[in-house]
Amino acid sequence: MPTAPAGTLYRGREGMWSWVAHRVTGVLIFFFLFAHVLDTALVRVSPESYDTVMETYKNPIVGLLEIGLVGAVVFHAFNGLRVVLVDFWSRGPRVHRQMLYAVVVVWVLLMIPFTIRHLGNVFGE
Amino acid sequence: MATTQAPSVVAPRSRSSARSNTELYAWLFMRVSGILLVVLVLGHLYVNLMAGDGIAAIDFAFVAGKWSSPFWQVWDLLMLWLAQLHGTNGLRTIINDYAERDQTRFWLKMLLYTATVVVLFLGTLTIFTFDPCIAGSTYEFCPAD
Repeated sequence: MPTAPAGTLYRGREGMWSWVAHRVTGVLIFFFLFAHVLDTALVRVSPESYDTVMETYKNPIVGLLEIGLVGAVVFHAFNGLRVVLVDFWSRGPRVHRQMLYAVVVVWVLLMIPFTIRHLGNVFGE
Repeated sequence: MATTQAPSVVAPRSRSSARSNTELYAWLFMRVSGILLVVLVLGHLYVNLMAGDGIAAIDFAFVAGKWSSPFWQVWDLLMLWLAQLHGTNGLRTIINDYAERDQTRFWLKMLLYTATVVVLFLGTLTIFTFDPCIAGSTYEFCPAD
């Protein structure tokens, strides 16, 4: 299989970049899920060990990373619905670009209240 | 008299005997599980991070409160299995795309499937064997030891 020369962009624009973002956010969420199942399993060890690890999630720096994680999940969720519409809706492929703009708008509308709320919970109101 | 033979046709590279619909089912599973996960995961994030005090309220008692209800047990179990299988299939696709050597692909996928079995086993065990009165628990309704 020939390898593509460096610096080549496959078509680019919305179609390719949403596909790239879907992969990147998917991998990120996969690794978080792995850690999250391990940390939740600590409830079978002792309440103290679980609570100790949960304290790290309330750390301000980790709290900021959580906004990135939720942002990745929200993008992956709505872009995933867009992929479903591209595949199953007859008009989907023709309006895939407009649907990506809709995904971005929904993402912003959900991330603004979440970020305000989460920062309040992390830094204490 | 020599007769000219028709040129032999190269056999198709996809062996008809090895053809299956596995990839079709995998593709369909991604769409179906994805739609369910939008509801399950966004609901999970809303209840745990938006409602009440969000992340600040999450501790052993929070988990015990949620898992005292079969509704959240089923919710979390469904979310665990669908998310892990969805993620496993996603990573399988990525490994197939980028790992060019057969050996590399094989071992990366073995690592992936091992991680999947561990996560599904540990997660399922945690939900089904959760004990609010585990040693160290400070609930009044727990028998004194």
